[in-house]
Amino acid sequence: MFKVFSDLMRYNIEFAIGFFLFLFVFIFGALSFFSPVDPTQIYMLVPDIKPNAQYWFGTNSRGQDLFWQMTFAVRNSLLFGFTVAMMSRVLSLVIGLVSGYAGGWADRILMFVNDIFVSIPVFPILVLFFFVLRDDLTTLNLAILVALLGWAFDARLIRSMMLSLKHREFTQHAIFSGMPMHKIVLKEHLPYIMPIVFSTALANMIWSIGIEVTLAVLGFANISIPTFGTMLYWANNHSAMIAGIWWWILIPVVFIAMTFLGLYLLSVSLNEYIDPRQRLRRMGGGS
Amino acid sequence: MINYLLFAAKRFLQLVAVVFSGVSVAFFVSHLSPIDPVEAAIRRSTRNSNVNPEAVEKMRETLTALYGVDVPMWQQFTNFWSKVVVGDFGPSLLSFPTPTMDLVLRALPWTVGLLLVTVLGTWCIGNFLGAFAGYFQNNKYLKAFGIVTMSIQPIPYYIVAFLTLILLAFIWPILPLGGGYAIGLVQEWSWVFVLSVMKHAILPILSLILVGLGLWFLGMRALVSNIISEDYVVFAELAGVSKPKIVISYVMRNALVPQLTALAMAIGGIFSGTIITEQVFSYPGLGSLLVRAVNSGDYTLVLAVSSVAVAAVAVAIFIVDLLHPLLDPRIKVE
Repeated sequence: MFKVFSDLMRYNIEFAIGFFLFLFVFIFGALSFFSPVDPTQIYMLVPDIKPNAQYWFGTNSRGQDLFWQMTFAVRNSLLFGFTVAMMSRVLSLVIGLVSGYAGGWADRILMFVNDIFVSIPVFPILVLFFFVLRDDLTTLNLAILVALLGWAFDARLIRSMMLSLKHREFTQHAIFSGMPMHKIVLKEHLPYIMPIVFSTALANMIWSIGIEVTLAVLGFANISIPTFGTMLYWANNHSAMIAGIWWWILIPVVFIAMTFLGLYLLSVSLNEYIDPRQRLRRMGGGS
Repeated sequence: MINYLLFAAKRFLQLVAVVFSGVSVAFFVSHLSPIDPVEAAIRRSTRNSNVNPEAVEKMRETLTALYGVDVPMWQQFTNFWSKVVVGDFGPSLLSFPTPTMDLVLRALPWTVGLLLVTVLGTWCIGNFLGAFAGYFQNNKYLKAFGIVTMSIQPIPYYIVAFLTLILLAFIWPILPLGGGYAIGLVQEWSWVFVLSVMKHAILPILSLILVGLGLWFLGMRALVSNIISEDYVVFAELAGVSKPKIVISYVMRNALVPQLTALAMAIGGIFSGTIITEQVFSYPGLGSLLVRAVNSGDYTLVLAVSSVAVAAVAVAIFIVDLLHPLLDPRIKVE
């Protein structure tokens, strides 16, 4: 595990950049545990102070210290992405394994459902849920909903992996030597599939945090807790750009860009690492 | 040909199933809403005047019949579908009594236009540049382009749209801030109107292309860099086929098929991105209509927009899938 990490750090510049970006954002989010202020309180400070030595990121028109606001926003958004990624990974893993292994009717039905989920546009459906649930659409409920809508792509990927693993020789060996099916899947096949689960988890985090930003910016989420999206929502709500409070917009945008870029670079470089053909090319062999 | 028609028919059945289940989900979700459409309409129309209670009672009866909410859920469901198949989603609450379908149809061309231009644009440009970047891996400009798209691509549509708006319409105001055409123009086929529409479409399209390009560029580059070590490419090189010709008719031709599959899978996401971009530029499409409907609690309009969105995306994917066997002669249509 550590060997893989140090290899990636040394040979893969994208991984290194992504890792440091993400580490920075992560530590910044962890600072929220030491925050002296409650992020939901408003008008605690003089509003609209420019960034200075005392308030590094300035204050916003709601009289909040943007530095501590941002730490909470990072924490909540990352936590949201992580929750969605975990839940949807479980779904896609189970569905992908079952439909890849069982084949036949179970596979056909599951893939039919999968096709529907792949082709339904997520955003209007989530807006519809917000429309109905309003205040009941808490962050956790939203995470569950997004996870329920976000498993389909990766389930298909895992299924196709499973189909190819099923026909490999070592599977036949295991079957003939009398290994029970669940053991074959868990012990022999899962190690092949776990890297994919891991790298799609990162991609899924990007996707789900993006959805949260989009919904929250429009006010279609729980706007009382700070996240990436709700910070921009309040900035827009107070017309921060027109009022000349540029730091209120700039700081969340910079952090959003860093988070997404970090996660994206990590997921891309992990994907590359998983694919031996691409890894060979980077090392100068192959082709 | 018979095979192709069979394939199309099978795919069409799937389309019907997707639309049916999507719209049904939308129906059930929206009917769990605590907003009573009848009471909301009455409140709206009696807000500023004293109305005879008997008249209100009459109105309530009429509206209940109009919205069909006096019968059990399953019957509402069948009634809903029998109306929807002829394109009737009932009257809007926001602009009562205009049928919601009229509002949706008014907004639809804007969204379809935006979507068509950006999907075709990003797919063609991205694949073309990606193929060259994959083939000429040491080209400086293509490398730099790859880094730029790689760093824009993961950022959500909303943020990119917002930044282009700030940069090109606020700080350096060369393009209009928003809207589909200049205020005060009449919608007609005249030069002034068409030019105004084009000018207003530049920013939304630009921001959608900025985000969308990366997916195709990076995907194509990865595919091509796998293909170039294949024997037939090496053979073509040794036989002296010109390099651009190798890229376009040897390499790209083969890599286009998985990219078409990827397109079918990405359309839902691109659609979501389009409607959020519309909201940023107050573009008069489905996205703005949806947000307005949610904010004003317009129950039938939200349902209609979501249903049309599901159907539109499903149809787009259907069309892409139909192109598939035409592009790849190897796929034997089962």
